[in-house]
Amino acid sequence: MRADQILHPTPAGLYCPPGDFYIDPVRPVHRALITHGHGDHARSGHGAVLATRQTLEIMAIRYGEDFAGQRQAADEPLRIGDTTVSFHPAGHILGSAQIAVQPDHGPRIVVSGDYCRHPNPVSAPYEPVPCDIFVTEATFGLPVFKHPDPAGEMTRLLASMAEFPERHHLIGAYALGKAQRLIMLARQAGIDGPIAIHGALQRLCDYHVEQGIDLGPLVPATAKQVDAQLVIAPPSAFASAWVQRFRDPVVGFASGWMAVRARARQRGVELPLVISDHVDWPQVTQTIRELAPQEVWITHGAEDGLLRWCELQGIPARPLRLVGYEDEPE
Amino acid sequence: MRAFANLLERLAFTPARNAKLRLLRHYLEQTPDPDRGFALAALTGDLKLRTVTPGLLRGLMVERVDEQLFALSYDFVGDLAETIALLWDSDRDEDVPLHQAVALLSDTGKAGLPAAIAGMLDRLGPSQRLAFLKLATGNMRIGLSARMARMALADMGAPDVAQIEEIWHGLTPPYQPLFDWIAGGTRPEHAARAPFRPVMLSTPVDLDQLGAFDPADYVAEWKWDGIRVQAINDGGVRRLYSRTGEDIGNSFPDLIEALNFDGTLDGELLVRRGEDVAVFGDLQKRLGRKQVGKGMLESHPAGLRVYDALIWQGRDLRDLPLIDRRAVLEGADFGSDRIDVSPLLDFTTWDDLAALRADPPAQVIEGVMIKRRDSLYVGGRPRGPWFKWKRDPHVVDAVLLYAQRGHGKRSGFYSDFTFGLWDADQLVPVGKAYFGFTDEELRELDRFVRNNTIERFGPVRSIAPKLVLEVAFEGLNASGRHKSGVAMRFPRISRIRWDKPASEADHLSALKAMIP
Repeated sequence: MRADQILHPTPAGLYCPPGDFYIDPVRPVHRALITHGHGDHARSGHGAVLATRQTLEIMAIRYGEDFAGQRQAADEPLRIGDTTVSFHPAGHILGSAQIAVQPDHGPRIVVSGDYCRHPNPVSAPYEPVPCDIFVTEATFGLPVFKHPDPAGEMTRLLASMAEFPERHHLIGAYALGKAQRLIMLARQAGIDGPIAIHGALQRLCDYHVEQGIDLGPLVPATAKQVDAQLVIAPPSAFASAWVQRFRDPVVGFASGWMAVRARARQRGVELPLVISDHVDWPQVTQTIRELAPQEVWITHGAEDGLLRWCELQGIPARPLRLVGYEDEPE
Repeated sequence: MRAFANLLERLAFTPARNAKLRLLRHYLEQTPDPDRGFALAALTGDLKLRTVTPGLLRGLMVERVDEQLFALSYDFVGDLAETIALLWDSDRDEDVPLHQAVALLSDTGKAGLPAAIAGMLDRLGPSQRLAFLKLATGNMRIGLSARMARMALADMGAPDVAQIEEIWHGLTPPYQPLFDWIAGGTRPEHAARAPFRPVMLSTPVDLDQLGAFDPADYVAEWKWDGIRVQAINDGGVRRLYSRTGEDIGNSFPDLIEALNFDGTLDGELLVRRGEDVAVFGDLQKRLGRKQVGKGMLESHPAGLRVYDALIWQGRDLRDLPLIDRRAVLEGADFGSDRIDVSPLLDFTTWDDLAALRADPPAQVIEGVMIKRRDSLYVGGRPRGPWFKWKRDPHVVDAVLLYAQRGHGKRSGFYSDFTFGLWDADQLVPVGKAYFGFTDEELRELDRFVRNNTIERFGPVRSIAPKLVLEVAFEGLNASGRHKSGVAMRFPRISRIRWDKPASEADHLSALKAMIP
């Protein structure tokens, strides 16, 4: 069986005919395998969902217990139609996984989903999975993206908090994964006191704590008076009237895009923090070298850069041009 | 250079002036000489180094990176220095002292430059690489004026801004004597001729307040709408400073050439054609130019109308009463017909002066100045000796069209407002205003914006056109760059007309009729 008969893009998402399932579909389908809980990969309304236990629980928190007709935790390799599928840690967020598809006849395909190889206190580390075809994201698929050590970024945050002790520091971070990672990084950097969180983060932070990730003292940033200098909120909160309770805050944003000044300016950010849950250029190219697949498929992101690199290395590569995934769904 | 790179990064993203000042002061306090002096000069544009061309930098890059990947990267990042800083492949991150980078850029010969730059880039981490490349391309773009630099210095020690300004133009980077003085050492002597002297400023007044004073104690003159300058010829060294001490002589070589006297004068820079003084819009065409074309020099000749004399023929007049300084001015020969003295107005009562102010003889007059006869020349803005009584502003009733979120204290509030006027049955944007309202009014406007948004474009919202704002402004220029064809000066929101329907807002034709 040819590779594109085992997995190919459709308007609903990546479809596997021999197993009759979709991976991270963007429309409701009868059977979905889901890599991780971010909203653009994990949607509600599917007939049956197979994902890691943590991803299923995160979906239940976000969409309610009835987010799918049936659900099954991917604890071990599983037969689906004429394929065997298995889930492997992706290092992106809590519960994130790569999905390996082994057809009875044909090449082994690994769909990495979003993945990251920096140490991440809120996620099991990325695990290289040998494969014939490696399906990768290219969110930061240009050689300008070399994510710095997050500890250095936290040093900059602490320096600013010391330089402007009377100002709240409002840091934008996506509610699932990035926010909790930022809190853990702040703890590692020595911030032991209360950190204020926007209401939209509460349930996901509680879930991380239940999973054994000690986020330390958190206070709600919903009161009129917020008694913590560091405040973490989802980016959408910055356009709402919620911000008005802070007088003259230092507004920051934690994202891989902050490495590029024009992107930081577009966001109106005063303190850009380059912290990403995605592979950067050295990591994505190193991963492809390590796995040495026969072919690389690129799902979304800056595919032109990665395609060019594969061409220079003599590795066959093609873009899948999947639609519906955000630039950085962190 | 790590601290310098951090400072650049913070300044680039910090909109609020006070926060910028604090960042700069902390840097200057924590950084040793001579690096802090070089950093200060780099920020204010006073560091003259060999300029590295974009071509040279591109050449370094294509030797090291696939050309197609470089092009994709540059396209994404949008700035050459930043692209190279991010792309450069080196894992070292030495903290190279800034003075070493400065020495490299000032001492290296042309032939050795590419290798020297590459060698330096190899030693640095990404943020230092960007700082170094910005230094090398002479393109800091962080919006820090020399005035702000001096304010940060004044926050560090005993000398105040006026004292620092007085010696500033005699100093060169890295300003060691200045830092020594701030640390408690002796004051540096004027190292150069024609130093800037702090300018005396006035406070606003109105007819009610004037009633408390005796008109006989005061003189009055027109307030000319040009640029307040200090014009100096000190033993042949000629300088033209703005009132904040920026040297603007380069933009006005014709006036520099006309400074054929010996002294320091305070006056108004104006475009003059014979006896006529042109409107501010004409003067504006000559601002900020590094080179002024011959045609512009002929069509927009610069002149000086003198208000006061600080120093005349070697004598410091600042401790004399105004009328004595005036007497010197009136007897003086300035050596050029481009320079004359601002005449005094004839009045006995404040009502006389009000009548003159209401009907000035020229469009370029923006009110009257009222000065105590016995006032000494004191730098800064002392309350009392000098008043400005400006002409009432123009107003139009405009419709709110767009709003943008503010920064700093206004984070989260829609505080930048674009307004428009009717042109036939369409509303045409004519200007932007972000002050004039109280905090309470800002909250009301913010609520209105949120409840009446039609569309969002990033931080900007377009608003249902139904709120009328009374916009006050100081003057108008015809403008080819604005869709409406007019540009307002100093627009601000003077009243919110909750009561007035949008259909009754003013028409563009009414505004155009006000163009001088």
